[in-house]
Amino acid sequence: MLKELVVISGKGGTGKTSIVAALASLLNNKVLADCDVDAADLHLVLQPQILEKKEFWSGKTASINRENCAECGKCLELCRFAAISNDYAIDNIACEGCGVCAYFCPAGAIDLKDNLCGHIFVSRTPHGPMVHARLDIAEENSGKLVSQVRTQARALAYAEKRSAVIVDGPPGTGCPVIASISGASTVLVVTEPTVSGIHDLERVLELARHFRIPAIVCINKWDINPGISASITNKCEQIEARVVGQIPYDGAVTRAQVQGISVLEYDPGSPASLELQKLGKVVESLLNQ
Amino acid sequence: MNIAIASGKGGTGKTTVATNLAFYLQHHAKEDVALLDCDVEEPNCHLFLKSVCLETKKVILPVPSLDPDKCTGCGKCSEICQFAAIACIKGKVLTFPELCHGCGGCILACPAGALSEQEREIGTVETGTSGKIKTVYGQLRVGEAMSPPLIRAVKSHAQNGQINIIDSPPGTSCPVIQAVKGCDFVLLVTEPTPFGLNDLSLAVEMVRVLGLPFAVGINRSTIGDEKVREYCRNEKIPIILEIPEDREIASMYSRGRLVLESLPHYMEKFEKLYLQLKEVIPC
Ligand code: SF4
Ligand code: SF4
Repeated sequence: MLKELVVISGKGGTGKTSIVAALASLLNNKVLADCDVDAADLHLVLQPQILEKKEFWSGKTASINRENCAECGKCLELCRFAAISNDYAIDNIACEGCGVCAYFCPAGAIDLKDNLCGHIFVSRTPHGPMVHARLDIAEENSGKLVSQVRTQARALAYAEKRSAVIVDGPPGTGCPVIASISGASTVLVVTEPTVSGIHDLERVLELARHFRIPAIVCINKWDINPGISASITNKCEQIEARVVGQIPYDGAVTRAQVQGISVLEYDPGSPASLELQKLGKVVESLLNQ
Repeated sequence: MNIAIASGKGGTGKTTVATNLAFYLQHHAKEDVALLDCDVEEPNCHLFLKSVCLETKKVILPVPSLDPDKCTGCGKCSEICQFAAIACIKGKVLTFPELCHGCGGCILACPAGALSEQEREIGTVETGTSGKIKTVYGQLRVGEAMSPPLIRAVKSHAQNGQINIIDSPPGTSCPVIQAVKGCDFVLLVTEPTPFGLNDLSLAVEMVRVLGLPFAVGINRSTIGDEKVREYCRNEKIPIILEIPEDREIASMYSRGRLVLESLPHYMEKFEKLYLQLKEVIPC
């Protein structure tokens, strides 16, 4: 059965993408997916060659046809998102596309138009196929785009008989994260030993529990604060979320990023690379179970 | 006066800048300050400011509730809903409150008067203080996807006659737009790495779409390469803050402490930031 590992973190900037890039170079026979569609970064390390580009349409925006508008004020009165100004102009950014104005406009002057919100790409990388996306600026529905990226990645994995999908997830606990993890086999939560790191980790683990998805944890830059790292490990044990990796702070990670490659390729003997190799083994065995 | 602190990517130091700026403005510039943490999925500012919570308010979204006795099964409600939050299958109505945007359309559309509004809690807004700094933060319920209404609730605490610092969620889509919309100025925090640059350029596109005045602050400015500075030069974007990579800052941060409380030599940087902000934003 196809396994799907989703790498997430409560807070952004914990090193999620660097870890996914390392896993990409360590694990064989995988499909990669970048579901951080708001600020996709995986392409900066994996340098995909785009093979296919598809449009992503989602949601609607209202528009008023001024010629038919009788300025009766009905739409203004009904819109709950303050998207219509007193002179009957629609603020595209505030409009949620609920269509209430269009439905109730007595003059039939309002249309709902489909939005082109971004693109989905299927690419080749040195470490296997990759599905990624770009959400256009100020577009909503990143959750839906995330779902489509995952669906495409799974389809690709089936078609190419690959055994797993590794997903770089979005930060946070909201809509795009929920869309990234629902139905996944395992989540790998990347955290940092900081007060805010613990706080966010707890929320993300709660989210994983909420959706009944087994979670494992990796502490990045664990040596920045060994005391907090130890209490993270304790806490995780209590709730049965195993800490499977402790990556030390290592300047090679940033230097690799600047070069646009994973730290394992940049310097396989660096302290972070050595730990990542161990993490890779654990993940490999989990995915082969 | 509303100043938003934003970034394309998370973890670039937004919270560090927001909390220390608030501290500086209150303690040294003697300004009236409120810190509104709009990163409602992962609010962290209060951890650093050690805010004392004075009030917790539930934020609710109105969702439809069905009176099955009145329902005729006509399906008008599911026809109007653009979010598949209400369905009428074989004359039976089902609601999916997690998908509902609270537009009220189904209730208006129902000819039988079978739908009314029910309150659904999506999170809380906590208001409090940290010394003289007013602190407000939203906390989205875990498992909840609808963050913009909660962000609007946090932002509604912005008051005239004081400096409202708005810590935004990461990204470039609906949550961050809710947070920065209507602000007088946006400070985009980034890092001098390819990730930082990629995400900064997305954030710049976003603030340009919104037509907001903005500048850049570079955190961990001594790591990485020169490309972020080059980009800012080419795009004529002022860089108004640079904080070097400093293990001591990382260590203070990890313990949930403010930089300015423990490393006072950074005061100068925030003073400079304040003076530059004063220049660009007419108070
Ligand atoms: S209130 Fe609007 S979004 Fe919610 S169920 Fe009714 S029509 Fe759909
Ligand atoms: S519109 Fe009213 S009467 Fe018709 S199916 Fe919906 S709830 Fe029932």
